Amino acid sequence: MSLTAERRQREAVQERARRASRLVDNVLRFRELGLLLALALVVVVTTAYNPRFVSAQSIRDLLLNASVIALLTVGQTLVVITRNVDLSVGSVLGLTAFMTGDLFVGHPGLPIAVALLAGVVIGAACGAANGGITAVGRVPSLVVTLGTLYVFRGIDYAWAGGRQINAANLPDSLLSLGSGRLLGVPYLAAVTVVVVAAAAYALRCFRSGRELYAIGSNPDAAVLAGIRVGRRVLVAFVASGAVAGLAGALWTARFGTVDATAGTGFELQVIAAVVVGGVAIFGGSGSVVGAALGALLLSTIGSALVVLRVPSFWLQAIAGALLIGAIALDRLIGLRLASALRQRSIRDGG
Amino acid sequence: MAQAGGGGVPPPAAGGAGATVLVLEGATKSFGSVRALEDASIELRAGEAHGLVGENGAGKSTLVKVLAGVYQPDAGRLLLDGEEVRLGGPADARAAGIAVIYQEPTLFPDLSVAENIFMGRQPVSRGRRIDARELRRRVEALMERLDVPLDPSRPARGLSIADQQIVEIAKALSFEARVIVMDEPTAALSGAEVERLLSVARALRAQGAAVLFISHRLDEVFALCQRVTVMRDGRQVLTGPLEGLTRDDLVRRMVGRELSAMFPKQAATRGDVALSVRRLTREGVFADVSFDVRHGEIVGLAGLVGAGRSEVARAVFGIDRRDAGEVIVEGRRLPPASPTGAMAAGMGYVPEDRRAQGLVMDLSIARNTGLASLERLRRGLLIRGADERRLAADWAARLRLKFARLSDPASALSGGNQQKLVLAKWLARRPSVLIVDEPTRGIDVATKAEVHRLLSDLAGQGVAVLMISSELPEILGMADRVLVMHEGRLGAELSREDASEERVMLAATGSTATEPGR
Repeated sequence: MSLTAERRQREAVQERARRASRLVDNVLRFRELGLLLALALVVVVTTAYNPRFVSAQSIRDLLLNASVIALLTVGQTLVVITRNVDLSVGSVLGLTAFMTGDLFVGHPGLPIAVALLAGVVIGAACGAANGGITAVGRVPSLVVTLGTLYVFRGIDYAWAGGRQINAANLPDSLLSLGSGRLLGVPYLAAVTVVVVAAAAYALRCFRSGRELYAIGSNPDAAVLAGIRVGRRVLVAFVASGAVAGLAGALWTARFGTVDATAGTGFELQVIAAVVVGGVAIFGGSGSVVGAALGALLLSTIGSALVVLRVPSFWLQAIAGALLIGAIALDRLIGLRLASALRQRSIRDGG
Repeated sequence: MAQAGGGGVPPPAAGGAGATVLVLEGATKSFGSVRALEDASIELRAGEAHGLVGENGAGKSTLVKVLAGVYQPDAGRLLLDGEEVRLGGPADARAAGIAVIYQEPTLFPDLSVAENIFMGRQPVSRGRRIDARELRRRVEALMERLDVPLDPSRPARGLSIADQQIVEIAKALSFEARVIVMDEPTAALSGAEVERLLSVARALRAQGAAVLFISHRLDEVFALCQRVTVMRDGRQVLTGPLEGLTRDDLVRRMVGRELSAMFPKQAATRGDVALSVRRLTREGVFADVSFDVRHGEIVGLAGLVGAGRSEVARAVFGIDRRDAGEVIVEGRRLPPASPTGAMAAGMGYVPEDRRAQGLVMDLSIARNTGLASLERLRRGLLIRGADERRLAADWAARLRLKFARLSDPASALSGGNQQKLVLAKWLARRPSVLIVDEPTRGIDVATKAEVHRLLSDLAGQGVAVLMISSELPEILGMADRVLVMHEGRLGAELSREDASEERVMLAATGSTATEPGR
């Protein structure tokens, strides 16, 4: 074969490969696209029933409701990608919410940044405990965080001692963070978007981010590739704790009234959102954007069901059915994708 | 990009020798009482492919793991460019420029080909951000060097094993490995894939890498290598240029392992056909396998690792589905894929991996003994513990099981006694056909002899025994007839008188010198 013919053939092969890879990319991106479509469908159907569902105020409420869970999904996604799970996020949120509130009741003059920082630091400390026991002690994270779920909540109860923090005792500056907006967008939603974007960028563009995927995809190969698995897993847990702490501080700002039960049961909502958002529960794939959209979808469906006057006791059943549907869809796409990839191997490898 | 040869390596002469890159001297490695490597040595030169051959268990894999940094040898030294190095782990081996391509690579299925190659070493631009364009460019350059069109951005999931190996080789090139060890890379590949791998290996050689190529297929060794080392019993028995050597020379050196124990198979009267396997096929694994086993007979099933022996046994017993063919026990055809059916017909199966498949390690000795006989121990809905203990005590005594109490977990027993326990489990059913897969692997010499005596006694009592073994002396000592498998087919059938180590090895390596069976 002449050199030019060979080159032409090689280029043809590369072009074909590139086209095929775009197809795969689209299928993978389909996940986020699919979530947006589902979201649009819910909004359209509900709006047809009650046009006020898309009023500016209603949309702001939707975003506000979804914000806290969406924030928690960011940290949870980092952990789940490494083939771990953090069940303690609801308790961390409760603990930090109460502690931040207490801090401001005692020192009403503190700047807002201190509130957020306090939440992040306390949360990160909780995350470090989770990650430390998991990574160093080599205890399954499911067990570790199930334990800390109760430990952190217990500390919360002990700290609160039956007290409740009331909005009246909190400085207005803190409360305005929870209810104020910037160009019509609630602060809370804006903070969530910033955190999601930062996490998405880090996961995509930094070695450390890619290494989280590698660890979840094949832990043994990750060790062989020289990745410091324990350290990365620890960092993922610290990040999850820090984000939960931030969410706790924002929770106080938003509701003003906080007792020791804040955030109880959130862990399951968060994991549901993460899975609906396309993050593989056994690690290795998924995105924070998808997970946050999952949270938005679930909370929008919750609001829509109320507007559609679906009896509230159906709410949980529907959320559960959706979760199973999402996993079934995920499996289906996975199988289709795998067979498509095998086909390509046969075609190109020949 | 730097070439794989690195600094100062002279270009290789055709089939000739470059500078010596790696020398392993007098490596010894023991596992418990088993010596896997004994004073093994090997020398690898730049621009040269070195073949490593030997029977199953000759120590090849152990040697590879020493070079990979997975095992630390008990004695001996490793020289790289004349300087002694110590490999504390796989990372050290990689830093030293040694890359190992395993038969089945472990990739990150969710990540792209490019990320698989450069994980942890991705090129970064300002602010430590991964430079995706540069990453892609480097991977494409690697693929071009290997002359394999693999899309860098596709996920590793769904890649054929051959392509997964290419990814591993590209990874080796990316960190400029100078020694590339290929551990039986072709065992799971098709003909065209083997050709591609060999041409990639030739290209690596031409670029100055030292290639260590391990394969059971001697044709491939002759097609690729300039030098060869033959191992037997953990030692090197031959090393030197391949030129002038024939297949037979290599095979003759591979065989002749020491007899480690007595094999007391007594002559037994052969009865009727107990097990008859007809044209058994499982696509892509084995094809057209037919043989008979008579009462009172021990039939040895020999072959190299990966020839499909255990797979045939699993299909005969009904653990794996079969695509074609039939299995007849005592004149009755067995239903496909039904171990229950096989057991009902009087068959027993002692698997290769007794810890994972033969025993429930956490259960007591008594419970394990009764596991295959629950139907007989049942009274109504309940299992009678007293009957179970009686059964276990009875068989423990007959097999001379060494144990403290019947209520101890199976994990408390030594390897040899665990194997006896698996045998007890099946013998308690009084099977008429018994399949044993590597019955004496990893057990001490004394117990080994006892297991052999036991199998011989069983045959004497009229049981039909099919014995898979990778130890040629065991096959030759125990079997009345020897079936040899080669790449999923029965390659030869030898009577006890005709069977010799050389003839079995020749058939197992696919030589046509032996007459085909049937």
